Amino acid sequence: MRGSVAIAGVGLAGCGEAPGWSEMEIAAAAAKNALADAGLTARDVDGIVIASTNIFMSGLALAEHLGVHPKFTESSMVGGSSFVGHLVPAMLALNAGLCDTILVAYGSNQRTGTGRAEAGRYKMALDPQPFEHPYKPFNPPSSYALATARHMHQYGTTRTQLAEIAVAARRWAQLNPEAFSREPLTVEEVLKSRMVSDPLTVRDCCLVTDGGGAYVLTRAERAKGFAKPPAYLLGVGAAHWHRQISSMPDLTVTAATESGQRAYEMAGVGPKDVDVVELYDAFTINTLLFLEDLGFCKKGEGGAFVSGGRIAPGGRLPVNTNGGGLSCVHPGMYGIFLVIEAVRQLRGEAGARQVQDAAVALAHGNGGVLSSQITAILGTQDTL
Amino acid sequence: MTAPSGPEKRYLDALAAGRFEIQKCKTCAKHVFYPRVVCPHCGAGELGWVAPSGRGTVYSTTVVRRKPADGGDYNVCLVDLAEGVRMMSRVVSIPPESVKIGMAVKARIAEGLVEFTPA
Repeated sequence: MRGSVAIAGVGLAGCGEAPGWSEMEIAAAAAKNALADAGLTARDVDGIVIASTNIFMSGLALAEHLGVHPKFTESSMVGGSSFVGHLVPAMLALNAGLCDTILVAYGSNQRTGTGRAEAGRYKMALDPQPFEHPYKPFNPPSSYALATARHMHQYGTTRTQLAEIAVAARRWAQLNPEAFSREPLTVEEVLKSRMVSDPLTVRDCCLVTDGGGAYVLTRAERAKGFAKPPAYLLGVGAAHWHRQISSMPDLTVTAATESGQRAYEMAGVGPKDVDVVELYDAFTINTLLFLEDLGFCKKGEGGAFVSGGRIAPGGRLPVNTNGGGLSCVHPGMYGIFLVIEAVRQLRGEAGARQVQDAAVALAHGNGGVLSSQITAILGTQDTL
Repeated sequence: MTAPSGPEKRYLDALAAGRFEIQKCKTCAKHVFYPRVVCPHCGAGELGWVAPSGRGTVYSTTVVRRKPADGGDYNVCLVDLAEGVRMMSRVVSIPPESVKIGMAVKARIAEGLVEFTPA
């Protein structure tokens, strides 16, 4: 499987605010940009992949919108991790010869779209979750707050250390002209900002933006013929152990321990070989847990690891180089943006935030409430 | 499908009648929460009902911040019952920020829900 498929194009659309645009239109606009990046059009697509929290039968809707009659359609929904997870069935379908060119896309108008409160009430009625919802957790923040409180209790992790993660993300965002939040941010400001669900403040929580992203996947031997250098999929692994936070076995250890191990094994690399790291940072605790669970530091040492600007621009380990979900973009589900930033870094297209000689990139998706964990490792031609 | 309802309704009906009951696997003898059709520990399908002791320990806790006009701040926590299962709940009768990890708590039923007070 290693290196058998490659990403030949990536694209964004509507990131930040896209008033007046529907979710499918934002996804289609991102798809158009990703296809153009690969030197293709929708006419070349024979595999359609998408996930949505709102659009019923989203795979059918995207194909219809683009005029594609796909040979392969996939719309598994595992929360924000979906678009990293889609690499698994897409890789299998391409290797099996079911199709040749797969488009993976996402779009959301979470920030400016109308009717969202009403939709939230309908979702609650359809999926009542009677063992959590009656206690009124403010989710997702409260579930991540429970994990944060437990990590602080067990390992002495501090709010200041978590604030360093938000500040590092902001410093990366300041190097990215496409990022939504670029004004300066200090540790003090994070600590003093409005508490949402203790110990998480609003600055420990991701943005709520609009936005879409897309990427084009094809078999490695075909990828060489496209417009840009391909980013090869070296390894991918997926794992989940719970859905609701009350069913998570240990709130300080995520299934990223398992997904990461499988991705590393397939790729034949370890954490020390990774040049650039993109982690699903819906909350500051995510970055810390995934650095531990993916082997960049030991369990319980994440707080010390992120201190002193180690994951910020100029630090030892470049993490969330676009500014992440905390400062770049977070339209409900962030997974596709992890893959897109990893590809841009491997191509050397990241401008002021470019990590020098980036050859191996790790993109780690999270879905639900620390529930679905999916790790992908991408590499340049030289890593094959 | 011989039972008159699924385990979720069975649990909620008992609570509504003032009884807090959780499942225990007849094969592996482990307790199970939330109520299910299959034992998540051993995979067997024979789950009986028992009354837990009501004793528990706070595993983690948060204060959900809410404007005073909307009812003010409140506690949401995870409690590990003495029987070895975990549930989401709340600790009441003390300020929400006074709830601490490791605190011993005792269950009670209020408004059809299991909640806890300091033991």
